[in-house]
Amino acid sequence: MLVTRRTTSVLLAAGLLTFGLAACGSGDEDATDPGKPDDKQITVYSGRNEQLVKPLLEKFTEQTGIAVKPRYATTAQLAAQLIEEGDKSPADVFFAQDAGALGTVAKRGMFSTLPEATTTKVPPTYRAGNGQWVGLSARARVLAYNPDLVPADQLPKSVFDLTGPAWKGKVGVAPTNASFQAFVTAIRVQHGDAKAEEFLAGLKANDPQIRDGNIKIVEDVNSGTVPVGLVNHYYLGEVAKEQGTTPDALKVKLHFFPGGDTGALVNVAGLGVLNRSATDPDVQKFVDFMLGTEAQTYFAEQTFEYPVVAGVHGPAYVPPLADLAVPDVDLNDLDTLDATVTMIKNSGLVP
Amino acid sequence: MAVALIPLAYLAVRTAEAGWDRIAAELWTERVGLLALRSLGLAAVVTTACVLLGVGTAFLVIRTDLPGRRAFAVLAALPLAVPTYIAAFAWVSAMPRLEGFWPAALVLTLCSYPYVLLPVAAALRGADPAQEEVSRSLGRSGWQTFTAVTLRQIRPATAAGALLVALYVLSDFGAVSILRADTFTRAIFVAFDMGFDRTGALVLSSVLVALTVLLLAGETATRRRGARYARLGGTRRPAPRLPLGAARWPVLAALLGVAGLALGVPAVSLGRRLAAGVSRPGALPEVLTAAGNSLTVSLAGAALTMLLALPLGLLAARAPGPLTTVLDRLAYLAHALPGVVIGLSLIFFGINVAYPLYQTRWLLALAYATLFLPLAVGAVAGAAAQSPAGLEEVARSLGRGPWSVLRTVTLPLTLPGIGAGAALVFLTGMKELPATLLLRPTGTDTLATELWTSTAVGAYAAAAPYAALLVAISALPTWLLVARSGLLDKEDRT
Repeated sequence: MLVTRRTTSVLLAAGLLTFGLAACGSGDEDATDPGKPDDKQITVYSGRNEQLVKPLLEKFTEQTGIAVKPRYATTAQLAAQLIEEGDKSPADVFFAQDAGALGTVAKRGMFSTLPEATTTKVPPTYRAGNGQWVGLSARARVLAYNPDLVPADQLPKSVFDLTGPAWKGKVGVAPTNASFQAFVTAIRVQHGDAKAEEFLAGLKANDPQIRDGNIKIVEDVNSGTVPVGLVNHYYLGEVAKEQGTTPDALKVKLHFFPGGDTGALVNVAGLGVLNRSATDPDVQKFVDFMLGTEAQTYFAEQTFEYPVVAGVHGPAYVPPLADLAVPDVDLNDLDTLDATVTMIKNSGLVP
Repeated sequence: MAVALIPLAYLAVRTAEAGWDRIAAELWTERVGLLALRSLGLAAVVTTACVLLGVGTAFLVIRTDLPGRRAFAVLAALPLAVPTYIAAFAWVSAMPRLEGFWPAALVLTLCSYPYVLLPVAAALRGADPAQEEVSRSLGRSGWQTFTAVTLRQIRPATAAGALLVALYVLSDFGAVSILRADTFTRAIFVAFDMGFDRTGALVLSSVLVALTVLLLAGETATRRRGARYARLGGTRRPAPRLPLGAARWPVLAALLGVAGLALGVPAVSLGRRLAAGVSRPGALPEVLTAAGNSLTVSLAGAALTMLLALPLGLLAARAPGPLTTVLDRLAYLAHALPGVVIGLSLIFFGINVAYPLYQTRWLLALAYATLFLPLAVGAVAGAAAQSPAGLEEVARSLGRGPWSVLRTVTLPLTLPGIGAGAALVFLTGMKELPATLLLRPTGTDTLATELWTSTAVGAYAAAAPYAALLVAISALPTWLLVARSGLLDKEDRT
């Protein structure tokens, strides 16, 4: 019996070693080969989810014959990875989920300046003033609400009303989410640090329903566990997709804060091109494709975001971007993330 | 050994860059104090619960006449195949209001008590019943014998399992983030996520290393005081089984309850998600590619880890001393660091030292080795300690060279340990997510990363098959571990 078991172990261990080591050696020698310009291959670090953008990247390859090597992780992780890699990064393009991450990498001097012909396709509000990154799609901050629990006529006029006693224990927030941080930065830009601190303290004292991410908030509002929640508009689309229905058919509805309230901030997802790929024609083709009609329509229809290029219609279940009373905040001013993060930490909303 | 030092060196370099003022500003806050207390509290609660549950279950399965005990042995070890992020997600789906310290403690306990169960079961089976018989014959009651003799016999195994659980709790991210228990690991991840605050995250990680040193020192201290190993003579016989009598039905119900919580809740909850959603995973080839990638990187990780662990484990068993202890403890340090810190430290290593390896499977395998080295070292050292050193001495005295002895005597004797260690590392590698995300070759998807991709956009139905496949593949090494620990052996086998 012992012998059998030992023989099995020997075989197992030997097989394991051979297989494991063989697996290691197989075919990824060129993993970090940055490639040459115009070699019909680009490496994209995508902080946007694979499920959302993979079909789009495949379309690009189909049309141009340029292969895309995508690397998917969270936007924050990839920003940390890019900074750690520095000049040796194999990435050509950083495709990020929010302007703050793009600003962080840009501040390290890792992005090249995009050609003016590219950047001017996008309204100045949705790109970097110095041309280091450009927005590809826009997302609006909204208050998701359950009409059974909160009738439409009782919705708050301003996001700052949510710290009032009427909303105690009723507001879902995801304070670790980048869009929440951008929103708090916008309060600081528009109303000053004192107001932002007061808002965070008020929110914390009002017994908020803290969630790990926006999807959970939308699900909980939809099911009636939480009456209202601060999220981005497109999460309704994602939840509806999973339930096999349309955003309009969901119980949860969207409230856009009126009158240029900070609660109605519009942020972007966008991209920056790494220094060493500044003149790579393949990369330029990629940037042009992402700002083209087809990709912009894809964002509207498949990820439920707002296109940023003129002439492409937004998703059907939300008012057009032009009709939103967007607060008077320049996205370029949202790069003081450090102070915001310290403020959110001090508020006790996060560990 | 240098492998385990990469993350420590990285932490030292990056933390030093921050400057003392910054470090002090991050460190001397009430928040860090609270986080430390909460992390240690969670580790203490979960470890205690795991020891109770693990030792209790092992005793019931090995030493009593529990009906269907071998089926229970498998059921009790299976939670090892369930990643904490899947378990926590399942619990939150089932009970939306679940959050905080105690739910996290519950989920972590249910997922990690097999770390105690397996070594304790093996120790219980191997322990010499003669000592217990002597104790009984000298007038001690059954309970007194259990606490005074049996528990002491299995103490090294219990301590080793408990240490793994404690370190695992310190480094776990899945459960604490989904259930929002504010621990160090969650704070480290939040620091990365919020404003990409690398310095803050790494300073916190250094504190985590310091906490781990404390924990390891504590464990080493108890180990010395309580050391008492039963030396087996020439013959080994199984201990008599304790008849449970009428108590066996409540005991059976309790074990079923634990299995239901640990396995049933995730299964039912994932099933409901699958039924409710309309998203579907990629075509079969895509799923199979992910499974293949998971298998190869985990196997490569297991192989590399065993290669590194073998000399360390043999050293620990054959040449105990202060130096060996220090080396052995160093291997444990990286085990308590969250995967994202290990990931970043190996990016640093790959970029600055071993660029040709960067973003290849080799570097990922190295990350697994760094993370899971203690799992392997423990298994190797355990097996080596059980085989008498006299055999090697005899071989040497008969004229064999040291290499020949290693090859023909030591290695074959240690093989069961090597197998167990490899299975454990493989299993844990399959479940690993944060370091995999950072270090995988561009374009390589594994089951864990596919699972993450789908759940991040709420496509839970698409995620369910990946989760099921991950658990199913992990169940195989789990079963091997169960078989290895003697839990499945028939009554008369000695």
